[in-house]
Amino acid sequence: MIPLSHVIWLSAALFTIGVIGALTRRNLIVILMSVELMLNAVNLSLVGFARAWGDLGGHVFVLMVIAVAAAEVAVGLGIVISLFRNRDSVNIEDVSLLKW
Amino acid sequence: MVEAHAAALTVTPSTLLRWIPLLPLFAAVVHGVMLGLLRRTMPRSGVVALSVGAVVLSFLVSVVAFGQLISLPEGQRVLVDDLYTWIGAGRFSAEMSFLLDPLSAVMILVVTGVGSLIHVYSIGYMDDDHREDKGFQRFFCYLNLFTFSMLMLVLGDNLLVLFLGWEGVGLCSYLLIGFWYSDKWNAYCGSKAFIVNRIGDFGFLLGIFTLFAALAQAGHPTVTFRDIATAFPAIAAQTVAMPGWLGGGEWKLATLAGVFFFIGAAGKSAQIPLYVWLPDAMAGPTPVSALIHAATMVTAGVYMVCRMSFLYAAAPGASALIAWTGAITALFAATIAITQTDIKKVLAYSTISQLGYMFLAAGCGAYGGAIFHLATHAFFKALLFLGAGAVILAMHHEQDIDKMGGLRKAIPYTAVVFLIGVIAIAGIPPLSGFFSKDEILLGAYTAEHIPGHRMLWAIGLVTAGLTSLYMFRLYFRTFEGKFRGTADQLHHVHEPAKSVLVPLGVLAFFSAVAGFGGLPQVYGDWFGIKNSNSLAHFLSQTLGHHEVPVSHSEELRLAGLAILVSAIGGALAWWLYLQAPAVPQKIRENAGPLFRLLREKYYVDEIFDVIFVKPLVWISENVLYKGVDAGLVDGAMVNGSAKGVQAVAARGLKYLQSGYAQSYLFFMVAGTLAIVGWLVS
Repeated sequence: MIPLSHVIWLSAALFTIGVIGALTRRNLIVILMSVELMLNAVNLSLVGFARAWGDLGGHVFVLMVIAVAAAEVAVGLGIVISLFRNRDSVNIEDVSLLKW
Repeated sequence: MVEAHAAALTVTPSTLLRWIPLLPLFAAVVHGVMLGLLRRTMPRSGVVALSVGAVVLSFLVSVVAFGQLISLPEGQRVLVDDLYTWIGAGRFSAEMSFLLDPLSAVMILVVTGVGSLIHVYSIGYMDDDHREDKGFQRFFCYLNLFTFSMLMLVLGDNLLVLFLGWEGVGLCSYLLIGFWYSDKWNAYCGSKAFIVNRIGDFGFLLGIFTLFAALAQAGHPTVTFRDIATAFPAIAAQTVAMPGWLGGGEWKLATLAGVFFFIGAAGKSAQIPLYVWLPDAMAGPTPVSALIHAATMVTAGVYMVCRMSFLYAAAPGASALIAWTGAITALFAATIAITQTDIKKVLAYSTISQLGYMFLAAGCGAYGGAIFHLATHAFFKALLFLGAGAVILAMHHEQDIDKMGGLRKAIPYTAVVFLIGVIAIAGIPPLSGFFSKDEILLGAYTAEHIPGHRMLWAIGLVTAGLTSLYMFRLYFRTFEGKFRGTADQLHHVHEPAKSVLVPLGVLAFFSAVAGFGGLPQVYGDWFGIKNSNSLAHFLSQTLGHHEVPVSHSEELRLAGLAILVSAIGGALAWWLYLQAPAVPQKIRENAGPLFRLLREKYYVDEIFDVIFVKPLVWISENVLYKGVDAGLVDGAMVNGSAKGVQAVAARGLKYLQSGYAQSYLFFMVAGTLAIVGWLVS
């Protein structure tokens, strides 16, 4: 039986890696992947808590998050493709026109 | 007089009275809704039927109400129509109720009677005015609204209803003086009238407050005239400490309230020093000058002083102030009238002068005489103004009498009725002005309680001579001698329409015979009539008996003197302006300082301009406009806040909007961490 604290630590580590990735990487696809990592970190902690307290609500929530994440990735990748067609680039620093 | 009021009066209820003001109000509201909300005009025949019909109907109701009043036993003639409680607060309540007693009965008959005639006259007068499509209906809308307000003023059962009407007539006066507002001068004159009246209204309000505060302290919180009169003896002896800049000392409360009320009356009734608006009020259409600025509204002050006569009976100081102000105004305005060449300006100064007479009478305690002169003056001054209007129409809006003359041959009917008005105001017996003016002079002659009452009488007598002089001058310059305008003007001179001529005839009739309503007993005895001064007798319930302690032979000697003075004035005008026209010409050309002083109206407008208007305009321009409005509100508040935001946001904050999504994400994460950190720690 893996104690809850292990799950929480793993979840926190994954989330931090995701945040750092989203903040520092310039490639949009990698940023999207980092976002997925954060979502899955949350999923992991949800499942962990659900098991620890014997509440199926956590599982239901996770299925919900997976469905939304799938949709989000579909839209995100669509945007990346259309961006690449217009700009020949998926570097986030090239899309900074909307400013002062 | 106070005793007469203290006696309990039996009040008879009557639901008739409400219709007297409500009928003109209905017409005004219909016009107002059509013009203001529906943006539509009525055909002229419809306007005439509604507006003139409403006022004539109101006159008929007034006559019926008057009949009801005199069918009551003498001394118990009070009709009250209580509509609803207007303001109720604790023990205090102000009713929306109307009062018909002998004093207001005379007033409503004058207002609706003369008002009806002037409405009829306006049909013809305004018919050729095509300056504005809606003008005809707008004019009658205002005129009806005025009639309503004036009737509220004279029928009001308490000070607040009176004040409501008082403000209403001021508003209508403003609207009608500036009726042809596209001419900037007319709009200016309207504003001047409104602002000067405001000063008077302030005094009136202070009077109401002073009286009410004292009454409430004495346990009688009331504004109803009958209750004030009953409760008044309880506070009559009170005194008020005056501030140092007014000389300190103690004033009687009645005197203080009386002076405040008189300031209000002086504003509305154009007495020194608040008379300056009335001559400029002539910028309005002539029927307006006749109705508002001669016959009715300007007499509101006299009516109010008479209504408060129980107060003034206990305030000899305030009464003396009224008498002296009235007498000086009468003389002062008469001297100006002699030199004016605008036909309406002459009549305007004449009105101021006659109002001075009324205040002279009221101040001397001859309230009946004041109301008598008010009524006769309403007839002959309305006649003179309407006659002047007919002349102005005939001359195609020429008002300068220097360009008239000899018009009698072209418009004989107008000339005859105008002459009747002139004779009536000049005080030639047996026309109405003679009797009413004589009653006033007699009142001043015998007012032992007023300091310098013989002097007042002498001023009144001199003014009578001047009145005769300037009125006959006006008649001779306009209707006799040679025509001084262009041949083209003379060719077009014509008698006006029937609707103009008929009111002139009716007014001429009343100007001639109205004096017999107040025939002094000394003449009544000649014909064996008992109580011949029926008007004074009728009014005595409200205004008290005014006994004149002079023998009949002395009264006749005084009357003879007055006739002599008037005749001299008339003869002088005849000699100066018909027999020896070179003499006034010479005086004019040499323009001595005295003549110039009179022609320029003592430079009062100029003096007021320097003392009050210029500094006010300067303060408004430099402090209020440039300092407060442009500087503080627009500058510091509106533009200042915008500039502050610009300085902070446009120079610094905007660079946070870098366009890099990752920097936004960074702020978000940092913010979340900060909040979570704060929550956890």
